[in-house]
Amino acid sequence: MTALQHVKLGTYYVVHLPEADDFDFWRERARALVQCDVPPDRIAWVEPGGSGDLFAHGERRMPVPPMDAKPVRANRRFVSLAKNAILHSDPERFALLYRLLWRLQSNPRMMEDKADPDVRRIEELDKNVRRDSHKMHAFVRFRLVESEDEEVGEHYVAWFEPEHHILRANAGFFMRRFSNMRWSILTPRGSLHWDTETMSEGPPAERHDAPGGDPMENLWRTYYASIFNPARLKIGAMLKEMPKKYWKNMPEAALIPDLIAGAQGREAKMVEKGALEFEERPDTLAAIDKAIHGCRKCPIGQLDNHAVMGEGPQDAALMIVGEQPGDQEDQTGRPFVGPAGQLLDAHLEKVGIDRRAAYVTNAVKHFKYVQRGKRRLHQNPGAKEIDTCRWWIESEREIVKPKLVLAMGASAARSVLGKTVSISRVRGAPIALENGSELWVTAHPSYLLRLEGPAREEQARLFDADLAAVRQRLEELA
Amino acid sequence: MASQTVLQKLEILADAAKYDASCASSGTAKKNSLGGKGIGSTEGMGICHAYAPDGRCISLLKILLTNHCVFDCHYCVNRKSSNVARARFTPQEVVDLTLAFYRRNYIEGLFLSSGIVKSSNHTMEQIVEVARILREEHDFRGYIHLKTIPEADPEIVHQAGLYADRVSINVELPTDSGLTRLAPDKDARQIEGAMGKVKSDLVEAKDARKRFKHAPRFAPAGQSTQMIVGADAATDVDIVGKASRLYDNFRLRRVYYSAFSPIPDASAVLPLKRPPLIREHRLYQSDWLMRFYGYKPTDVMQATEADGNLPLDIDPKLAWALKFREAFPVDVNRASKEQLLRVPGLGVKAVGKILASRRHRALRLDDVALLTQSITKVRPFIVTVDWRPITLTDRADLRSLLAPKTEQLELFAA
Repeated sequence: MTALQHVKLGTYYVVHLPEADDFDFWRERARALVQCDVPPDRIAWVEPGGSGDLFAHGERRMPVPPMDAKPVRANRRFVSLAKNAILHSDPERFALLYRLLWRLQSNPRMMEDKADPDVRRIEELDKNVRRDSHKMHAFVRFRLVESEDEEVGEHYVAWFEPEHHILRANAGFFMRRFSNMRWSILTPRGSLHWDTETMSEGPPAERHDAPGGDPMENLWRTYYASIFNPARLKIGAMLKEMPKKYWKNMPEAALIPDLIAGAQGREAKMVEKGALEFEERPDTLAAIDKAIHGCRKCPIGQLDNHAVMGEGPQDAALMIVGEQPGDQEDQTGRPFVGPAGQLLDAHLEKVGIDRRAAYVTNAVKHFKYVQRGKRRLHQNPGAKEIDTCRWWIESEREIVKPKLVLAMGASAARSVLGKTVSISRVRGAPIALENGSELWVTAHPSYLLRLEGPAREEQARLFDADLAAVRQRLEELA
Repeated sequence: MASQTVLQKLEILADAAKYDASCASSGTAKKNSLGGKGIGSTEGMGICHAYAPDGRCISLLKILLTNHCVFDCHYCVNRKSSNVARARFTPQEVVDLTLAFYRRNYIEGLFLSSGIVKSSNHTMEQIVEVARILREEHDFRGYIHLKTIPEADPEIVHQAGLYADRVSINVELPTDSGLTRLAPDKDARQIEGAMGKVKSDLVEAKDARKRFKHAPRFAPAGQSTQMIVGADAATDVDIVGKASRLYDNFRLRRVYYSAFSPIPDASAVLPLKRPPLIREHRLYQSDWLMRFYGYKPTDVMQATEADGNLPLDIDPKLAWALKFREAFPVDVNRASKEQLLRVPGLGVKAVGKILASRRHRALRLDDVALLTQSITKVRPFIVTVDWRPITLTDRADLRSLLAPKTEQLELFAA
């Protein structure tokens, strides 16, 4: 221990700090030096392992402040910054802090002067240290070491390389978080060990002192790769917050180059697979007719079939939507001409709706079938196929602008509403549509064709009732 | 189907969760595991334990309990009619995964959401069960964010708030007509009703804690919501208006914007193109202006262009300043804090530093340069002891002078 002695004018002092992060030691020495009026340029501060040749012949004994020395003034802002800044790895930090303390004696409010170079520097050091600590909280990765000894149990060990002298200052964070876990953090500057009750410090460590892996890392890497959205690649934003220097100790970082390389391909594939590059909406029925014949946006369009366009007046008040063309419609190119169409015509006539005044079309424009020998058997379109074809029915609705849409069957209802509804639940009452028109839903006539006996009679009655309600509503709307 | 491993489930259910923007773990009550049986702490500031190449922070284990769903929302990868692979975690599996990740310091906690299976109530009960096991059986004191289901019984949602740090309900789309079109099973009134209920629970719990020290906490990090941008025709005026109404009515901590991005097996009614990331960024900037810079929603709306959208080439603050040039230049040595906050290029911190420093010196342009990121951006709008932008603020081509010069290049442009 250095003995104290009275201050000598013009002496150079050398202060050796016992630890690189020992704020209390620095504060005690700095206070005495200020009280002895030793100007900043006459002190060399040397941390362990640092060089002190600058003032090789400097005085190592501390001066004794006079009895009547004024108390040293330092405001709270300075102290809180200094406690952090002293953890910085910049060897000049002690001198900077002393210079600030020295200047504070004559200008107690100087910390407010944000344009002052010394103030700016201490704030920068403080910021760097806070960032390093924050990154330590974030990027330490524990690996489980299972002991054979039951008594000892699980031990979690991490290897971390901080940039500044922050290890000791952050012991509390890990203790508060993992208080019931046995853990160690090893760094090149020292190590920390917590046994669920006491904290102990150890010597500097090397990477191979820590375990090389943990089975859980496989799950973590899977999570990391899965949570990444390839359509939003923003590499700069990632690098800003997770610079490459940290990557070597993070198990997930090894995936980054491949994730980036694959991202654009994955995104392009999603866009292409959706393959829904509908251009401008067609603005005439003729344009729709032409376009649907070339439409291959869903698998149905790729079968051997022909598109069937809706038919009827362009200013029809009623639009009737069916499911899709059948075998006969596919051959004739007109909607509702097969058995179901004939049944529909009969019922329309019965309740007094003129089919020629209505616009009749289908939710799906092509015939979906499976080949059985010579026959083509009808297949229901899938939800995705109906949704794809919505583009066309929406275009038709926009041009015809019917006051009332009658959807026959679940597929037709889905193509208008965008969701699947239960026919029995929604039939018989209007559903308001976005553009002010209304939708009525009923069964598809082909459903009646599949029934027999009393069940068919009952359904035919319901179908007529729905049609009659539509007719009445049309008269009210006219 | 052969039973899936936890790894396979994690792959599917994390993938399904990535369209939720929020991963925040900040702003909750301080707690730690000293004196407890388990692990975990929250100390105010959130921690991002990793960043994905999409620039998003990974703070929480963000997964779905299941991606089976009875709803058919067109923008959602998990909708009923989508052909994605499906999986389902048991509550215990989620608990084990959360704890295993937490012990290795990978995460701050859990963000749990779910597709709707069986019924809304059943699903919500399962979500709450995960939180209950974590909190009660493992004394977990990390962060928990639960997505709540607006159609579920308010009593179960209340239960969620008692375990969670934050609860959220997505409004999904900025307009009611967009919601009807793209999320036909959802109901805007029901969503807002559920948010209103959460708000009153929050107020009630806060009030109770004022009077009784041991009253239970209810979602101390508040509630948030998310809106999808670019899936419907809503303009930025619509979106900003909706966001500010939500902030006012439901005391939300945050409104998140999520640029609609292409999803596998997309529905036909959606625009399948690159996500409008810049637009999303501009909306966040406007959100910041309203939350920290004293801008009113009407100020932001005034910064939009004729089509009702914020300009993409310049930020909303600069757009506002260019429209209201009579408010500039501002004298940094005399202007009020409110005036300084309107100067493009001056952030909240820079304004604080200017206000503190000008008590000690008359600021010159060089001084201001030390306190800000870029003096060129600020210069046309300020007056200092040695600087006055004589004709600069009146120049018609000021916008082109200040807008970023070059288009950002495509990273992998062919």
